[in-house]
Amino acid sequence: MGSNLSVNYIEVIAMILFVTGFANLLLQKNLIKKIIGFNIMDSSIYLFLAVKGYITGRTVPIVVDGVTSVEAYINPIPAGLVLTGIVVSVSVSALMLSLTIRLYRRYRTLNLDEISTRLKREGM
Amino acid sequence: MDMVRNIPFFSIMLAMFSGPVCSVLPGRIARAVNAAVITLIMGMSAVLLHVLNIRGESFVYMMGHFPAPWGNEIRAGVLEAGMAMFFCMVMLLSVLGGIKKLFDEVVESKHNLYYVLVGLMLSSLLALVYTNDLFTAYVFVEINTISACGLIMIRENGRTIEAAVRYMVMSLIGSAMILLGICMLYDITGHLLMSNIRESVIEMTSGGAYPEPLLFTIALMSVGLAIKCALFPFHAWLPDAYGYSTVSSAAILSSLVSKGYIFLLIKIIYRIIGFNIYGDSGVIDVLFIFGLAGMIFGSVSAIRENDIRRMIAYSSVAQIGYIFMGIGMGTQFGMVAAIFHMLSHASTKSLLFISAIGLTDVSDGSRKFEPLTGSAYRNRVAGVAFAVGALSMVGVPLFSGFVSKLLFAEAAVSLTGRMLPALIVLGISTILNAIYFMKTVIRIYTPVENDRYPVVSMKEVPLYSVVLVAFIVLNVLLGVMSDPIVELIRKGLDMFS
Repeated sequence: MGSNLSVNYIEVIAMILFVTGFANLLLQKNLIKKIIGFNIMDSSIYLFLAVKGYITGRTVPIVVDGVTSVEAYINPIPAGLVLTGIVVSVSVSALMLSLTIRLYRRYRTLNLDEISTRLKREGM
Repeated sequence: MDMVRNIPFFSIMLAMFSGPVCSVLPGRIARAVNAAVITLIMGMSAVLLHVLNIRGESFVYMMGHFPAPWGNEIRAGVLEAGMAMFFCMVMLLSVLGGIKKLFDEVVESKHNLYYVLVGLMLSSLLALVYTNDLFTAYVFVEINTISACGLIMIRENGRTIEAAVRYMVMSLIGSAMILLGICMLYDITGHLLMSNIRESVIEMTSGGAYPEPLLFTIALMSVGLAIKCALFPFHAWLPDAYGYSTVSSAAILSSLVSKGYIFLLIKIIYRIIGFNIYGDSGVIDVLFIFGLAGMIFGSVSAIRENDIRRMIAYSSVAQIGYIFMGIGMGTQFGMVAAIFHMLSHASTKSLLFISAIGLTDVSDGSRKFEPLTGSAYRNRVAGVAFAVGALSMVGVPLFSGFVSKLLFAEAAVSLTGRMLPALIVLGISTILNAIYFMKTVIRIYTPVENDRYPVVSMKEVPLYSVVLVAFIVLNVLLGVMSDPIVELIRKGLDMFS
């Protein structure tokens, strides 16, 4: 275990980014920072997937010079998955941002804990 | 190619497109169309269930032109068809039961948007039930999250928006973990279709390849789904989300949304990882322990609560704990009990939420226990319905909760190492359930003199009363006719593997 870390250094970076984003999403009080954390977390997964889907020396699976050997190309599915994932995370980010705007208009703060204590004080 | 094979695909599509169509129709017609579509899907699923049950087989439906290892697939067996039918039933009753309250609480321009959310929610639930492709499952998990967020905050006030944000944060963490798990599984197996992954996993475990990545994948997907269904200790968002959203949303969220994720987890256990490999992985022990903890802590929080809606919400935490305990037992009996409890909890919890709203409405809208005293005399049908729901949750014979508790106990007895903790916690949790539900039932049936609140008769709220009676019938049916249902569940689980 651990001997492949230097070879697969991009995967290591992806995991570090994942944990960074995860911690930010969970622990930050500021809503915008939470959303940034979420985006870092999701992007790191796409980095992981993209890097896993690439094989050094091969090219995109579009036949140009009549080369039909499987050995010449990479699998296009990981790239497709990354694109799908990006669409999902963009829409979720938009939803989170709209929620943030609504909360800010009501309470004039982005601090989620402060909003919670204020709601408890209002007692509704 | 016979016609019934098209049913799963058309159920998903009908549910998805009914929403946008309803949103441009005038109010009453939109309501009728929405109810008709859900009923139609329910009927189609019933036909599918009947046909598959007679033939005793499951089938795979190819989406598009590419065959197995590349294309996308839908798979349907007895369990899937039955779940789809049941989800539609509970969805229809929950929407109809809370529709009047929804119109009171939500601004008029948003009334029709509710049908969009309901359609989206139903289609994502059906897709989670039917899909045979792991990445499609992930996409529909996200669609489910987004529509659930909309359902929470359609009634807009500070509390619901805050609850929606907290819900989103937990859900996003859960779905990111699921996505990472799926990506890793794809990397080590090279497949996204469940049956192909299963073959690779068997090959890998027998050859001893990639033991750590496989374990990590199992852990990521299980914990991600557990976070999304609010297993203790990830339940912090739940009481606010269930307690302050409009009543239909609370019923749908508590009875259906978490069930969709649990069903996906069961599919992952059976159809991707394999029951034996999952049972040996150690992740199952974690689910078992947190299930037991949830059963106790959810009930304790419910006892301490002084708000009827939040009390029912905390009770959900305990019931999700029951289901995870069943999954965590690692036997076929435990799994059957868990699936039956999914049905039982779905029918009971939505009944409780919808009847509670009838009780609070005749008490000046107050949800605290003091003004609720005697409210069962002011709205009789809601009182009876709440009592039925409470008795079912406690586990009194005749009602569905009794059967699921019995199945859990039977499953626990057949275990070797975990029998004692399971039985003890089951007993303690039943007593705790009885404390807070019986306390509430006694309070609503305590007569008060000089009642200053209005009395609502059944004739004034016909639709609401019909819905509650239907829920009671459903609950008693599950309780009385449990044998054929358990048999169906067993048959469906056999079809999985």
